Amino acid sequence: MSTRRKNISAHIDWTLLGLFALLAAIGWLNLVSAATGPDTAVNWSLESMHGRQLIWLGLSTVITLLILKIEGEFFIRTTWINYALTTALLAAVLVVGRKVGGARSWFGFGGFGIQPSEFAKFGAAMGLAWWLAFTKGLHDLRSIIGSLAIIGLPVGLILLQPDAGTVLVFVGFIFALYREGMSGFVLVAGFTALVMLVFTIITGATTVNYPWIGPWSGILRFLLATGAVFTAGIFLGRSMTRPRHRRKLTRNLVLWAVAALTFSAVLHTTMAEVLKPHQRDRIHVLFGIEVDNPGANYNIRHARIAIGSGGLTGRGWCEGPMTGFGFVPEQETDFIFCKWSEEWGFVGSALLVLLFAALIIRIFFIAERQRSAFTRIYAYNLGGLFFMHLLINVGMVLGLAPVIGIPLPMMSYGGSSVLAFSIMMAVLLRLDAERFSVLR
Amino acid sequence: MVVGIVVTITCIFIGRLVQLQLIEGELKVKASDLTESRTIINPSRGLILDRHNEVLVGSEAVYDLVVTPRHLRNLDTTACAIWAGISREDLEAALKKARRFSRYKPSAVRRRIEPAEHARMAAVLYKYSGFELWRKPIRSHRYRVATHLIGEFAEASADDLKRDREYDRHYRMGDYLGKTGLEAIYERELRGVKGRRSVVVDARNRVRQVGVAASVDRAAEDGQDLTTTLDLKLQQHAELLLAGKAGSVVAIEPATGEVLAIVSAPFYDPNLMLGASRGAAYDSLLHDSKKPLFNRAIRATYRPGSIFKLMQGAIALDEGVISPGTQLACDRSLIGCHGPHTMDDLSGAVIHSCNPYFYQVMQRTINKRSTGNHFTTAARGLDHWKERIEAFGFGTKLGNRLRGTAAGNIPDASYYDKVYGQRHWDFGTIYSIAIGEGELLATPLQMANLAATLANRGWYREPHFVKDIGGRGAPTGAGVRFETGIAPRHFVPIIDGMQNVVEQQGGTGWRARIPGVQVCGKTGTVQNDPLLDHSVFIAFAPRDNPQIALSVYVESSGAGGEWAAPIASLLIQGHLTGAVDSLKQARYLGAVPPMPDSQLAIEQPTETAQQP
Repeated sequence: MSTRRKNISAHIDWTLLGLFALLAAIGWLNLVSAATGPDTAVNWSLESMHGRQLIWLGLSTVITLLILKIEGEFFIRTTWINYALTTALLAAVLVVGRKVGGARSWFGFGGFGIQPSEFAKFGAAMGLAWWLAFTKGLHDLRSIIGSLAIIGLPVGLILLQPDAGTVLVFVGFIFALYREGMSGFVLVAGFTALVMLVFTIITGATTVNYPWIGPWSGILRFLLATGAVFTAGIFLGRSMTRPRHRRKLTRNLVLWAVAALTFSAVLHTTMAEVLKPHQRDRIHVLFGIEVDNPGANYNIRHARIAIGSGGLTGRGWCEGPMTGFGFVPEQETDFIFCKWSEEWGFVGSALLVLLFAALIIRIFFIAERQRSAFTRIYAYNLGGLFFMHLLINVGMVLGLAPVIGIPLPMMSYGGSSVLAFSIMMAVLLRLDAERFSVLR
Repeated sequence: MVVGIVVTITCIFIGRLVQLQLIEGELKVKASDLTESRTIINPSRGLILDRHNEVLVGSEAVYDLVVTPRHLRNLDTTACAIWAGISREDLEAALKKARRFSRYKPSAVRRRIEPAEHARMAAVLYKYSGFELWRKPIRSHRYRVATHLIGEFAEASADDLKRDREYDRHYRMGDYLGKTGLEAIYERELRGVKGRRSVVVDARNRVRQVGVAASVDRAAEDGQDLTTTLDLKLQQHAELLLAGKAGSVVAIEPATGEVLAIVSAPFYDPNLMLGASRGAAYDSLLHDSKKPLFNRAIRATYRPGSIFKLMQGAIALDEGVISPGTQLACDRSLIGCHGPHTMDDLSGAVIHSCNPYFYQVMQRTINKRSTGNHFTTAARGLDHWKERIEAFGFGTKLGNRLRGTAAGNIPDASYYDKVYGQRHWDFGTIYSIAIGEGELLATPLQMANLAATLANRGWYREPHFVKDIGGRGAPTGAGVRFETGIAPRHFVPIIDGMQNVVEQQGGTGWRARIPGVQVCGKTGTVQNDPLLDHSVFIAFAPRDNPQIALSVYVESSGAGGEWAAPIASLLIQGHLTGAVDSLKQARYLGAVPPMPDSQLAIEQPTETAQQP
């Protein structure tokens, strides 16, 4: 037993570590290119953007090695200290933080900055893992309320910054919640809300000339269609269920329909009456609806052009003019995928997406082989976080998701993100390496 | 299920990547539209020089203010309009138009901004992102001479661009090209070859990389210089003397056919037609009743008047119908005449410009090939006579180097058949052409060429304007020698007469006398009812080894000896001796021939129509 513990390197998941390190290396090389225009030579100074990132990567490596030396039990036991610390930082940043781009989300130390919301992900992932391991799953009100509170506290503090993008990442914890017994109802409700949201906004932006009513928003047509779908569902459901269930099914579907239609109506009224035109434009842009103001979708249009111009094999390292000459804003942070895509083409882009997918799937695979509930839930949380980052960031850049600014892990420029993901990854690797020493 | 979601999303992303990177080629085009730009390097246009390599026309720059809508940021239209020197409404209209044209390509907001204003605007150009000031090479006429010959250099019209697209795709919208005159004829040589440089620009439209597509890049080749045959001093002198008058001067070097000076008055300052003032200037010139845009020297056709008699005499001698000593009576029952003479030989008839003499001379020429019928004899004789006249360049597009060169009119039998009907006319019907009146029409260039032909005693070289282009010499065919087919000896009595026109006491051209220079000339006074007569004078000098032959035509001014002769003499004197009779010059400098409205207030010309 003791030999096993000491010889930790034998049990480290080299596949995961390898994928992660590869991602970090690719990310850094890509940043070198992002800091270097096609017309300039690479600047190897540590003062440069990639130089600073290299410092962060070095620091992350040191911390990773340190974490791998520390017993996993230490992290489990210090979960609440961790959680308290990261949450306290979130609170503190609201008071003494630096305001960047309208959000108070940074601590500034000279030239370097720390973004506590990145570390809050770690704290929350640990806290949730501890709580769900402690309650042995999500099965009663106490466990649900506890989970919501653990997630809700950092989310609330981040919303106060405000930083909606990072909040959205916390949705990734739904994987763990579902794995630990969350009702399918939540998923179905979420799915229904999503469908209603999308269709309400899209049909709400169109105008239809109705008989008798005259020109009016296309929303009416959608609401009627929704009502028809539910009515059909009720009759269809009645014919397919046993008589004793019919009353309950009808009641549920009617309630569901009323809730959905109310949600849609309220949303549409908000869009039409409450929001200002430029806010409405921004939402419309997210959904690919043409707006009059050509500046509104500048970023996403140029991102798409940059990716498209990559073609099959790309322009080559440091050679992309769209990203290199400032046509894609934030090409070193939120739009870093454009840089990679323009320079490495379809081959590189697909490879990167597959690399991320492999990493995430490997994390979920690792989760399922754990004996320890804590480690399993923590791994799910980490996998969920990675997945949300990939989904939102790449989805946005590809024009499939709304424009929400969050970093692409290990690719985007930013020390906090690199450090936080490295810590999270190191803790998982250490916990996983101890999987044989855990008693059921 | 969790893995399923990850795989699904991965597949969606890769599918999207396939669509964006492999299927939609349009994105690649958009990317190169955004990042690649082709800079055109304008060559400098060839200079136009006089025969002594004095620069007549050089190049200068004006600027166009252009806007690329894509680069507009936070535009304060009010401030911008003040800066651009146009009204806010105009600016907004221009921006709207530019957006409609292209968001990525620049369109003009204001054209032809002068250098001084450009300096003011360039200083704060940085405040107005999306705007650029483009340099436009235009012409600068240093001496403001020979406007009509040199022609206009102006912005290419839609038609010009359309023609160019089928041709060699040289011009872009807003480019300038030669529209008329030498600028137009030698456009290809003068304009040079545009250079191209493909560059990569960044989001702020700054050039970041050059030479990315070396295959399409090329250096600009400057235009070739054009050396004209003009003599700047003579040209300036002629313009000085014709200022305020309407008419023309054409001076030719007889031995070479090189045109030394060509003036059409009224003329205008060519620099007016450049820069911002062009529109207004062009409009006022176009509507001027004296037609300053019209190049009289090659396009106006006038009746030549008495100078025509010189040719009649030479042809008659060659035909053998008279001899130098043939004396003919001044029979004023045939045609009116003037002056105290009764009987003249050829020289005397030239001196006195005897109308009945040349009536009879032409009658003999026409009737030489008698058919026995006076109608058909006249028709046959006239056709033969026309051939002889055409050998002098009359009735042809002489030189035809410039667009719009007129041929004039030398009537033949079919012409009169149309007017009067076949066999309805004979010499008695058409006799006024014998003395250069009637249906005859000739250009000042043809008249000057007559002087050159007389100076050469029977031949001329085609008048031309270009001595050298791009160091390769004159254009092919310039200065080809033409023969009149008349022996030099036949010109002697005529030239004797011409000399005496100027030198004999009472000669009609006495005002052309120059001490120490043998000037041979002939006046003409062309009827111009109801206005004053046109004053004509052709001359060459010196008599032996002539250096200059010229025609002076002053519209609606009076007798040939009164206006045209002294102007011609001043020009000859200036050209041959380098000095001028300042007293004489002062008398004609800026003197304006009496205007038709004030005719009654001035002394009536003593000579009657169709005389001297």
